[in-house]
Amino acid sequence: MLGFDWQVIAANLSFLMQGLATTFKLALVSITGGLLLGILVGMARLSSIKAIYYPATAFVNLMRSLPLILVIFWFYFLVPVIFGRPMGDFFSACVAFVVFEAAYFAEIVRAGIQSISSGQVQAAYSTGFNYRDTMRYIVIPQALRNMVPSLLTQSVVVFQDTSLAFVIGLKEFLRSASIVDAREMRSLELYAFVGAVYFVICFTMSQMSKRLEIQRKLA
Amino acid sequence: MPAARTIAVRQPGRVTVLSYNFNWSVIWTEPYGQWMLQGIWTTIRLGVICWFIALFLGIIIGTFRVTPFRPLRIFGAVYTEIFRDIPLLVQLFFWYFAAPSILPEPIEMWLYRGLPNSEFWIVVVGLSFYTSSRIAEHIRAGMQAIPEDQYNAALSTGFTHFQTYRYIIIPFAVRLVIPPLTAECLTVFKNTALAMTVGVLETTFMSQQIEAYTFQGIEATTAASLVYMVITLTVVFLMGLVEKRLAVPGLITRRGGQ
Repeated sequence: MLGFDWQVIAANLSFLMQGLATTFKLALVSITGGLLLGILVGMARLSSIKAIYYPATAFVNLMRSLPLILVIFWFYFLVPVIFGRPMGDFFSACVAFVVFEAAYFAEIVRAGIQSISSGQVQAAYSTGFNYRDTMRYIVIPQALRNMVPSLLTQSVVVFQDTSLAFVIGLKEFLRSASIVDAREMRSLELYAFVGAVYFVICFTMSQMSKRLEIQRKLA
Repeated sequence: MPAARTIAVRQPGRVTVLSYNFNWSVIWTEPYGQWMLQGIWTTIRLGVICWFIALFLGIIIGTFRVTPFRPLRIFGAVYTEIFRDIPLLVQLFFWYFAAPSILPEPIEMWLYRGLPNSEFWIVVVGLSFYTSSRIAEHIRAGMQAIPEDQYNAALSTGFTHFQTYRYIIIPFAVRLVIPPLTAECLTVFKNTALAMTVGVLETTFMSQQIEAYTFQGIEATTAASLVYMVITLTVVFLMGLVEKRLAVPGLITRRGGQ
């Protein structure tokens, strides 16, 4: 197979872009959902109440010891059993990603909360704030600001991870390319194109994260 | 009656939960148990081979990134960025479907027809490159943590640049970054699961094949999960031993390390 034929990209561009849109949607849901659940789990990981601390820790360690593909399969089988009816590839992929990425976000959140000096918490308590208000208005906003570079790096990872939804047949970017490939037999052009698109997006995001990190250190 | 209604609402849910018939024997009965064992063996082989190749490449690339020689630094930076910013699955597909077509025809034929287990070796290539770029970042961080005096002292005792890296800087840097390398080693074993997408018969592939034959997806996936958890625990244990053995005397080891 000599000679490149980039025509195949142009001819299937709208189909590929639909796949990319699905990838973006999945990434957006996973990052938002994963972060929200991750904040709760991260707080639970710092709890002094054992009934909260141990389940949260067990959850994080379990998720971090499993390959993401396996977790995707897990929810692919479990979601229909839980909801009693098939819910579609996209929904079960979303659940799997939110649950899986929450464990990783939780560790970032935990480190972020620990970076806030305990004087802040004591000051908040002594002005009459309760735990919820201290967390809500004092600790979490400051911690989130410290965490922005790590969160951005993790978001790049999540964005790349969404390509694994391929295994349950979700038509995301990579699956779209492989569908086109099955018809057109142009693997080299298609996978080079997919790689290039991912590279441009992820490289831009990771450079942004690096710049933020430098800014934060200077500030 | 609110209470009765609650039960009525819950009923369908409970019925469907029970409608899944567990049959754990699919994990060990013939031929499925045999498949699972083969899968585990392939996972371990793949993980170990990739880990050592990636460690070797990663140390070299990581050293490139801190050398005073600019072309090597640029090469190292480009290498790391390319392999880090493209999802591993896309890279595996590239190596498996696209890359062989660039090679001369006889080699391409040999890859697809002649080489037994070619998909295994293609994954070895893809996963090793990907992991090495991540290891290189840790090694670089370790090298930057070493005071420059070490380097100058080595040069002034008559070591060449190569000898300085080989005998002074690299042994020191690698030992400093063993904790992040442990995490990376876990990631390699977890990432071997992606090999199923190109048809390597490893643990995850086997569990899904059992599912395809028996429709007992939850049992098969549980079995695979347990396998990965045992691998994780083993790696953590082994790397803990390595860390203890190689601890730099006089430096603070991690808590509970000694």
